[in-house]
Amino acid sequence: MSGEVFYWQALNRALDAELALDEGVFILGEDVGLYGGSYRVTEGLYAKYGEWRVRDTPISEGSFTGLGVGAALIGLRPVVEIMTVNFSLLALDAIINMAAKVPFMAGGQFPMPLVVRMPGGVAKQLAAQHSQRLEHTLMNVPGLRIAVPATPQDAYWQLRQAIRAEEPVIVLEHELLYFAKGPLDEGAAPPPMHRALLRRPGRDLTIVTYSRMVDLSLQAAERLAEKGIEAEVIDLRSLRPVDWDTCVASVQKTHRLLVVEEDCGFAGAGAELVAGLTERCFYHLDAPPRREAGLDMPTPYNGTLEALTIPRPSSIVAAARALLGQAAEPAGGPS
Amino acid sequence: MDRETMLTMLRDMLLARAFEERAAQEYTKGNIAGFLHLYPGEEAVAVGVIRASEPGDYIVSTYREHVHALVRGIPPRAVMAELFGRRDGCSRGMGGSMHLFDAERRFMGGYAIVGETYPVAIGIAYGIAMRALDDVVICFFGDGAVNQGTFHESLNMAALWRLPVLFVCENNRYQIGTEIHRHSAVAEVHRRACAYGMASGKVDGMDVLAVHRATREALQRIRGGGGPELLECETYRFRGHSMADPGAYRPKVEVQSFKEKDPVKLAIRETLPYYPTAAEMAAAGPDSIATLKRQASDAGHLDGDVLADLQREVADIVEDAVRFAEQSPEPTLDDAWAALECNRRGEALL
Repeated sequence: MSGEVFYWQALNRALDAELALDEGVFILGEDVGLYGGSYRVTEGLYAKYGEWRVRDTPISEGSFTGLGVGAALIGLRPVVEIMTVNFSLLALDAIINMAAKVPFMAGGQFPMPLVVRMPGGVAKQLAAQHSQRLEHTLMNVPGLRIAVPATPQDAYWQLRQAIRAEEPVIVLEHELLYFAKGPLDEGAAPPPMHRALLRRPGRDLTIVTYSRMVDLSLQAAERLAEKGIEAEVIDLRSLRPVDWDTCVASVQKTHRLLVVEEDCGFAGAGAELVAGLTERCFYHLDAPPRREAGLDMPTPYNGTLEALTIPRPSSIVAAARALLGQAAEPAGGPS
Repeated sequence: MDRETMLTMLRDMLLARAFEERAAQEYTKGNIAGFLHLYPGEEAVAVGVIRASEPGDYIVSTYREHVHALVRGIPPRAVMAELFGRRDGCSRGMGGSMHLFDAERRFMGGYAIVGETYPVAIGIAYGIAMRALDDVVICFFGDGAVNQGTFHESLNMAALWRLPVLFVCENNRYQIGTEIHRHSAVAEVHRRACAYGMASGKVDGMDVLAVHRATREALQRIRGGGGPELLECETYRFRGHSMADPGAYRPKVEVQSFKEKDPVKLAIRETLPYYPTAAEMAAAGPDSIATLKRQASDAGHLDGDVLADLQREVADIVEDAVRFAEQSPEPTLDDAWAALECNRRGEALL
């Protein structure tokens, strides 16, 4: 069955499917139950499955995420929703010190089928405390897996795969993707959870990106095509592990690498991607790799400034042209 | 209480003391590394609480957890081998002193970030409640841990959803070197539970019988659906916080006064003269305590050989555990990768 759905609806259907399939699955988080979820992701599930399976929690990120760790230790499959990635800073002890480490420290005796879902990224003028991207923090933690779905199709299947995994999985969603629409085929066999996908074939450069930046990179690629530049766009879909092989194959073909990330550039996700691909493809590169990343500053509230702090199609186009040794587009074009 | 149970607890306490004193020696010799937090002085808490629990109950403990593990039934060999960092340790050498685990015995770990035991405990209890099972989670923590946010967050959720948890505070009066009146506005930990409408009590944590009794009663109420409870055990550690801490900040007179209440000596005094066997108790019928005491005394339960035998037995066990740990192989890097990927279960990621 296929059709167009919102990203949030795809997540909702994935949760519904797994709740129905396995009685050990339960959801917990702030306003996930009666209210239906801040972004509607858990809409209707409280009425269908009851309060023990869809649990509204107090505002206690550290302890309800830790509750998920405890429940996962005895084989339940908790799906913790943290309202935004910014609040997960209060839950990093549970995620980093416990979920990622307890099975290891116990010498492999315990399962940890924990899923932590949270949206991140710059949305619409939410100011610095509500606009962070923390993927770099989580990427540096052995023991975690990180999915970054960019489409409803991936949101649906990667969440289902995350719930079924016996390891802790962070699902990083994006606040501006919840109301993006795309096709969903619940019957299609999904690719492996962490495999990168080629979203657009190209010849002249490889754009490696993830989450909301996939769509922006595809828009940029269309504009580049108008100038005769064919960019290959790879949607990573996962930040830990990274599907190096798919990226390497592309860079070996195009000989140029541009990483597009919403994360701040300094020590961000792109730093690892560029380093990892440079190590693997150094002799195939015709130019130094580039990163088009968020500016190294807290996100300003002002809307005009906010837009300037993260990549947009025009800046991706400019970065791509610079990578190819071409002059920037004349000013005054579409942003 | 019957004599067998009392003797079991006395044996636990003697083993605990001997095990920990030996661990200190092995640390000094360099066989044990890292942080080593020892339990002498606090034995009555672990022994009284865990001996009052059922095998199906879950234990969540702190980084001062060797004795909890031993009382729970993890073989002394496996605990000592873990302290030595060896492959036959109960955490395969990956956890060490602060991270003892045993899934089979529902020993859910030693947690070394202060305040982590609460959320883990309520998570396990959530699973128990969701499945309407009969088990209870016992959550240990120290007096220093009650000022972490997770204490308040987790007690709130436990009370709100009536989760089957017994929160056990091992109040040894010090968070490392800071005395309780210098770290807590309300130094009586059990009083904090009322903020969440949770039943709580305080018990002499140097008296194993009192701890056992209070725990048994609390577990009965919790198992009966009465909701979570908090039990504060007032105790004292005779050593410093860890092997790195000589404990010089404590007045000598204070340490001495607590040593006079040594829980192991107290248990010895309690056990030998008074406790009849289960058979004697059954035969004597009700209202027969005085009779039983005389009979027990007449029957030779004062006999010092019992104590000497127990002490010899635990010394042998500890010696055997050290020999075992010495001979256990080092884990390999492959073992470490296997531990990290233990839950991969053949899943293809890419």
